Amino acid sequence: MSLFRQAGRVAWKDLRIELRSREIVYTMAFFAALIVVVFSFAFPRDIRIVRGAAPGMLWVAIAFAGTIGLGRAFDRERENDTMRALLLAPIPRLAVFLGKAIAIAVLVLVVAAVGTPLLALFLGAPLFENPLPLVISLVLGAIGFASVGSVFAATLLKVRSRDVLLPVVLYPLLIPLFVAGTSATEALIAERVNLDAAWYWISFLGIYDAAFLVVSIWTFESLVIE
Amino acid sequence: MSEATTKPSYAVPVFAALSAIGFAITIWLVFTYTPLAQDLFFNQKIFYYHVAHAFMMFAAVALCGVSSIAFLKFRKPKWDDIALASAEVAVALGAVVLITGSIWGKAAWDVWWTWEKRLTMSLLLWLTLVAYVIVRRFAGSSADRMAAGLAVFGTVALPFIYFMVDRSDRHPQAGVAAALEPKMKLVFWLSVATFLCWFLALVIARIQSARAERELRELRERGLDTGVLT
Repeated sequence: MSLFRQAGRVAWKDLRIELRSREIVYTMAFFAALIVVVFSFAFPRDIRIVRGAAPGMLWVAIAFAGTIGLGRAFDRERENDTMRALLLAPIPRLAVFLGKAIAIAVLVLVVAAVGTPLLALFLGAPLFENPLPLVISLVLGAIGFASVGSVFAATLLKVRSRDVLLPVVLYPLLIPLFVAGTSATEALIAERVNLDAAWYWISFLGIYDAAFLVVSIWTFESLVIE
Repeated sequence: MSEATTKPSYAVPVFAALSAIGFAITIWLVFTYTPLAQDLFFNQKIFYYHVAHAFMMFAAVALCGVSSIAFLKFRKPKWDDIALASAEVAVALGAVVLITGSIWGKAAWDVWWTWEKRLTMSLLLWLTLVAYVIVRRFAGSSADRMAAGLAVFGTVALPFIYFMVDRSDRHPQAGVAAALEPKMKLVFWLSVATFLCWFLALVIARIQSARAERELRELRERGLDTGVLT
């Protein structure tokens, strides 16, 4: 079985559990919706302010909801004590990592799929004027988040205060990703749309993803040992 | 045997004494020997401490990154001791850099904080270091691995932070040390040497205490295993 099919099996296992219980998807999506609602009360709904603030709201919602989903996805392995089984499976660790990361990225994209239309609806943010670059930036953001997040969530699996430590560790590392994502979105919904800037930040996201995928793959094996 | 490894070392008192002497000399020279700067006058004097601390912070960060990679590669606890010591010292040095920088910024640009390239980078770097120290303290048995991973990821994140922050640059340029008057340059490098001694004294002392802590823990575990301790 090739590496990608093995990774696909691991990802599909996680997603199938999720499809049956729908626990993480529902809680994450609802949480993201709540964040957007809180933001729409917290900030003035003037369109000039919305153009500047909506990108930040979108990516903050993704960061917060994503962290919750990430912690929960790995808690499931801990509760059933299945992480050891997963690591003992006759497939390379790389496949375990990739499978986990793919499943997380899908969950994060679900959050983005809920948060983006809600922001457009509640605040009138013109998010759908350039859908293609927006979607690409969200997909790249989800990949980067899932890649860094999976490594640290897996390392923190047995730690008592993991719920607090996960964001403490993740956010300093993810700040470039979130700033790039926010800047890309901002360039897309500005009064004068700046596609050059948007594509600059999207390529920034692509390079970030590539670099951190390499580091994650390199460190996953030495960091995640039961 | 592990007991023999914690010998008292003369490095710490020697470096501490050198830095004390150096500090007394530099602070005298800073106020009496160096000329006033052209546009900032007296306010520029903080430069001798701010930049020297920034140099030492980056030295500590580099040391932490390198020894973290070495720890993940070779799994020798001595690398972990060095990484922990340099990270904690870097947090302290970084706090000095941010505070003195803020004071200087108020004098030079009349703002306490601005989102300029080097300020943003120093702040994000410092936040990563604080996260490192928090992880070390609260992540239990996997703390060493976790923290080493954070250090490696943080090192990779640095160039991204660099390209992320805007290029609008009001900060004194990096070549500031080269463009100084000879008298200023002399005192500046004296100050860097002073704080290098101080940095070495702190790091070595912390490495020794980290090693002592680890050995005590190991001995305790061994005592518990053999039933000597209960």
